[in-house]
Amino acid sequence: MTPPDYFSRDRRWHPPAFTPDYKTSVSRSPRLPLLSLENTASEITGPTFAPTDIAEGDNDLLTNFARDGGSPIGERILLHGRVLDENARPVPNTLVEIWQANASGRYRHKKDGYLGALDPNFGGCGRVLTDDNGAYAFRTVKPGAYPWRNGINDWRPAHIHVSVFGSAFAQRLITQLYFEGDPLIARCPIVSTIPDPAAVQQLIARLDMNETRPLDMIAYRFDIVLRGRRSTMFENRMEGN
Amino acid sequence: MTQDLNYLKETPSQTAGPYVHIGLAPGAAGFDVYNKELGWDIAGPNAKGERIRIEGIVIDGTGSPVKDVLIEAWQANAEGVYAHPEHSGDVEEGFRGWGRVITNFETGEWGFDTVKPGTVAGRSGTLMAPHINLWIVARGINVGLNTRLYFSDEDAANAKDPVINLVEWENRRKTLIAQRNDRDGQVVYRFDIKLQGEDETVFFDI
Repeated sequence: MTPPDYFSRDRRWHPPAFTPDYKTSVSRSPRLPLLSLENTASEITGPTFAPTDIAEGDNDLLTNFARDGGSPIGERILLHGRVLDENARPVPNTLVEIWQANASGRYRHKKDGYLGALDPNFGGCGRVLTDDNGAYAFRTVKPGAYPWRNGINDWRPAHIHVSVFGSAFAQRLITQLYFEGDPLIARCPIVSTIPDPAAVQQLIARLDMNETRPLDMIAYRFDIVLRGRRSTMFENRMEGN
Repeated sequence: MTQDLNYLKETPSQTAGPYVHIGLAPGAAGFDVYNKELGWDIAGPNAKGERIRIEGIVIDGTGSPVKDVLIEAWQANAEGVYAHPEHSGDVEEGFRGWGRVITNFETGEWGFDTVKPGTVAGRSGTLMAPHINLWIVARGINVGLNTRLYFSDEDAANAKDPVINLVEWENRRKTLIAQRNDRDGQVVYRFDIKLQGEDETVFFDI
């Protein structure tokens, strides 16, 4: 039986490559159209990860870089959600990786020279495998906004970068999550690379008072949707299979 | 009344930004947080087949090297089997088929060590020439770019490859072919990626 294809990616829902208000895209976007491929084994397979690949606590940014007894400064948040496909089926055992600035908007990266202070107890990266229901969770601090050299007064909204694998190389995705109510979202040239306002809404994590831990941390919910795939009935038979 | 299809929409992509290394290669960002970073060993110690090195540079539309790129590789083993439950066959213990590399911050050079993959069955009874699937993300790239790396010493297989042959402009096919060289007894394939302009690499919507 030939494994079923993934749904075609809706390239009008995603940002196009050439988005001149985001200046770096001008010289880093292909000028010629993408060549569309039908799925082969090269696209419907992808790397798999096991619990042994990561360590317990890799998803706790409050502790995974903190010095003994230390704790990062900032708003403590529980970030959680599910990874689903376009058929709303959970994607279990998939690797979710995040990275972010600290509460000052400063990244722990040798290339970040922003004035905002580094936090000695905060690294800014985490990773976790989804459970059988596709659920994942991180503990972290809410990142701060930060300036960047695009327009001279451009500021990124508070955001967390998210990388997800799914079960196929065709599902590989990197995105950014934003926080409900942030007034910088509407002003950001990177957010605005996405043409459809409904698609932007999909990147905004919602305050989730139900999962908030009283007297401890505020919760945000962010569900991630990866490409779905066709059902198995009436698949094209490949010769020789 | 019309029924609703009720499909969810795929989460929209955003650029990986300039600090992608913090999350996906923290050692390169200048700090250690994990016991084990992922993606540095594609083939493992037991993989059969020819040991090779792939090297290259990513070049933007002004001809400048892109120094903050991250590339992931996905490939079959020397027998043409992917390390994935939906591909029949076994791979060697420790063979993952997946790797992740970043560029040198000063030069933009990147490289990885692996084994040369075998041929893989394509659609409708075709055979795909040996190739490595690459996914490229960086600041300024809104959606990760997919391409394929083929090998210059596989002329006969490349000539029949169903994906190479989809590239209608024959002069563009060469942008998918890595060039084989020998360096002190080591096999090195050179694969430069041009994001834009003259000799722009072929990118795929997979």
